[in-house]
Amino acid sequence: MAPAPSDPAPRDMAPGGPVPELGGSAGRLRARRARNRQWGALLWVAPALLCYAAFVLYPLGQSIQYSFYNWDGIGTATPAGLANWQAIFTQPELLSAITHAVELIIFYTLFPVGAGLAAATLIRELKPGPFSTISRTILFIPQVLPLVAAGVAWTWLYSPDGLVNQILRVLGLSGTTRAWLGDFTFALPAVGVIGVWVMLGFCTVLLLSGIGKIDPALYEAAGLDGAGRLRQFRAVTLPGLRQELVVCTTFTVVAALASFDIIQVSTQGGPGYQTMVPGVEIYRLTFLDQRIGQASALAVFLTVLVLLVIWPIQRLGRTD
Amino acid sequence: MTQLATIRRAPVIRGSRVVRGDRITRILPLVLLMLFAIVPLLSMFTAALAPQGSSPPGLSWPAHPHWGNFADAWTGANLFALFRSSVLIVLGVVPAAVAMATAAGYGLAQLRVPGGKIIYGVLLAGLTIPYEALITPLYYDIQSLGLLGSRLAVVLPLIGLLMPFGVFWMRAHFVNAETALTEAGRLDGGSTWQIFRRIHLPLAKPAISALTILFFLATWNQYLLPLVLIDDPAKRTVAGGLGAFQGQYGTNTALLCAGSLLIIAPSLLVLLVFQRNFVKALLQGAIR
Repeated sequence: MAPAPSDPAPRDMAPGGPVPELGGSAGRLRARRARNRQWGALLWVAPALLCYAAFVLYPLGQSIQYSFYNWDGIGTATPAGLANWQAIFTQPELLSAITHAVELIIFYTLFPVGAGLAAATLIRELKPGPFSTISRTILFIPQVLPLVAAGVAWTWLYSPDGLVNQILRVLGLSGTTRAWLGDFTFALPAVGVIGVWVMLGFCTVLLLSGIGKIDPALYEAAGLDGAGRLRQFRAVTLPGLRQELVVCTTFTVVAALASFDIIQVSTQGGPGYQTMVPGVEIYRLTFLDQRIGQASALAVFLTVLVLLVIWPIQRLGRTD
Repeated sequence: MTQLATIRRAPVIRGSRVVRGDRITRILPLVLLMLFAIVPLLSMFTAALAPQGSSPPGLSWPAHPHWGNFADAWTGANLFALFRSSVLIVLGVVPAAVAMATAAGYGLAQLRVPGGKIIYGVLLAGLTIPYEALITPLYYDIQSLGLLGSRLAVVLPLIGLLMPFGVFWMRAHFVNAETALTEAGRLDGGSTWQIFRRIHLPLAKPAISALTILFFLATWNQYLLPLVLIDDPAKRTVAGGLGAFQGQYGTNTALLCAGSLLIIAPSLLVLLVFQRNFVKALLQGAIR
């Protein structure tokens, strides 16, 4: 244990603020307290840390361990070497689940962030007022609802009699109507659109609030320098929104790669394996096929995949 | 405050066609996005009022709205039991999780916790771990604890799963709190607990209430954990129960929509009641 500094200067003491006198007995008393305090401070963190360790870290360790065994959940586990891991890259079903998760990033991240950015740029300075408040609330609705409810709502919208087909018929496109979630070609994009619905409002509101913080003088200066709309967007808007873009991207990418609720409710991975994603596949492998080892390998792989994708995005946000 | 002042002083623009056109091009995309957000729910609402067993059109107000569908869905899906169960789970998760996250956030931000940086780093890493990645071992752990099927089976793991975000959130608040206040309190002879209780806790109220709302939503909307860990749908959260309800009434569109709307009502209510603080808090939290 490192000895406590005898005079621990307060980190954020405001300059010019009232500086307490650190003379004689008070200073020594504080030094002693600081030393005693250290291990006591651990008590403040302990409950959270123990819960986290018991229900996140320990299971994660178990997942890693299980991934090297074949186990049906009841009998004895037999060592499987790297077989479960090889299967992820060789079995078409498992591989397609991962491909779908990556494809969903287009819908969960690219569309909401892109459309949100476009909307925020167009609207730019939306003054706080009743309309701004109402629009924020409405745009936020899909984000606070249970994802299950989003799944149920859109299952209904995509049904043969649902709104999507109704609109297509009104537009005179009766030939294109179909049961979207049962269609081999369109099921995955259809599920993706549900993700757009959930994420779009969040991204738009976040980017709008970010763009409102950019100094208008920057746009004026860019305009005076003869910068067109596109250049203003590239030179002022994008750099000004970096932090917000990182948050939006991180949040939505995690949601895309780890999607479960929406797909379990709307398609359960079907038709065939057309909308199978790792989350649903882990659930099926564990509770329907009783292939615990294979499920665990996929679970650990998914965790690593999320980390690998998030890492560069976070780095991008930090380079200031 | 300054924002409010700006609005009042801002001149009301009328007349000029150019300005009006400009306003429309600015507002139009927002209105379209708002329609996209709200129309699916409206479609569910009109379907919920259609006669049961019929196949209602996507979006049109029924000639004879069947308000009774909501009552039928309430009893048919045993929603009272589900709501009661959800409330019990929320009461088990949210106060405990908020208290733990607040204590840990305070400790990591204001006290000298041995290994504090490492502890915080390990907690932060948890932000990216998907729930599905843990569900398999959690099932067997909960089984060996003999808790499978009880509400504790969801409450305990969920508290652990919420810790990374909770600690991250509360630490972000306490890091910005004045350390000078702590020092002053210490010189007055206050214990760590007294300083926390009298000085920091009152100042942290907005952050704590925002975290409470977020934890409420995360628990109320939780689907995977109750689905896997509680086999009796009546003991799940409403979101978990909705899955079973869907299997039961899959073909009865009117009743399914009515039930879903009842289930999402509390989340909507929370958004509407707390909307002012909620959106702001969520955005600030996200930016940190």
